[in-house]
Amino acid sequence: MSVACSLHGPNLDCGENNMCETCGCNVTHGNAHLVAPGGKLSKTEGGHEAVSLLRGLLNENDQAASHNRTHFDHHGVLAVNLMSAPGSGKTTLLETTIAALGDRLSIAVIEGDLETENDAERIRARGVEAVQITTGSACHLDAHMVHDALHHLDLSSLDLVFIENVGNLVCPASFGLGQHRNVVLLSVPEGDDKPAKYPVMFRAADLVLLSKCDLLPLLDDFKPATARHHLQNLANPAPVIDLSAKSGAGMNHWLEWLDREITTTRQAAPATLDQPAGDISAAGSTP
Amino acid sequence: MHELSVCQALISQVEALARERSAQRVALIRLGIGPLSGVEPQLLVQAYPIASAGTLADGAELVIENLPLRVSCDACGQTTDALPNRLLCAACGDWHTRLVSGDELQLNSVELIKQANDSTRETSLN
Repeated sequence: MSVACSLHGPNLDCGENNMCETCGCNVTHGNAHLVAPGGKLSKTEGGHEAVSLLRGLLNENDQAASHNRTHFDHHGVLAVNLMSAPGSGKTTLLETTIAALGDRLSIAVIEGDLETENDAERIRARGVEAVQITTGSACHLDAHMVHDALHHLDLSSLDLVFIENVGNLVCPASFGLGQHRNVVLLSVPEGDDKPAKYPVMFRAADLVLLSKCDLLPLLDDFKPATARHHLQNLANPAPVIDLSAKSGAGMNHWLEWLDREITTTRQAAPATLDQPAGDISAAGSTP
Repeated sequence: MHELSVCQALISQVEALARERSAQRVALIRLGIGPLSGVEPQLLVQAYPIASAGTLADGAELVIENLPLRVSCDACGQTTDALPNRLLCAACGDWHTRLVSGDELQLNSVELIKQANDSTRETSLN
């Protein structure tokens, strides 16, 4: 298929996906005429050079995320990005999960917080390695930060890495980290309409945990069915588990989900796990 | 407010392109942003002067095209308009839909000033 690539000339063979193989830009049949010589985007009235790109704005982050993912995949390590509002119980869930699985699985945690090492210390107290990323004023983790954190972990000895994102239902949704799965916590005190209020985040969820469900008898205006309904309105088929890390309710479903995902990740891993995955520093460091 | 980070990523890409093409400056940047991108266009516009200060993209015009939210229905096959928190099929009401458009966060095109004497836009900005 011959498609005009704005960067590499008008007659480049751009492959099945209409994507230029040299630069990765998405010049398609639908827009190729705009950037072809004489097309209205090839030169502007002021004589400036017009360059059509159709490239993701977070291209650099996405590339670093893809690099991280390659490392997780190579070692058959499941990477779970845990996201929620502040105080929804992410760290408590991790503590309980480590207590349940720590004997048979090798787990590590990458902790993202604006300030303090408090959460990482809580994880370390459970005998699990935790790498703290202190983001300062940044409201989310990005793939470069996670990449830097990976330098401190020996993936070849791990089964599961949790990335506990900064407590925030907005910003973390925009930055892929290289994770296999997004798990979003919605705690009962927050209200059952959170998926409707934060559609970008809840649309990205592969699993939703209705946390602190031991409070349901006290906060009876929270209807789990309503939360599920709002999630369905986002066309998201993700499973929803009512869970309390405190009482243990629903923990078995969560652990079963993790086991299934770990099995899937292992099965997809290359057979030669002893081969090096290449230079982990290739994606560069956080600017 | 992650729009500043997004803006910095944008400028990093645009500056790399301008350098690669030996441009003096960036005149204009066109973005396509969907309602489910997670980025608020107005905040991006506010962050732009801060993130671009002192770069080749300083002073460039930022044009944002707001892209429509459209879903395709697996049940009835129709493609219809949708709302960010209601991605149901507008034709049959089914929730088994796929997003056709609306989560884009895209750098569409850039206009570069290449010659030192190409000052048309610089004049209009000053």
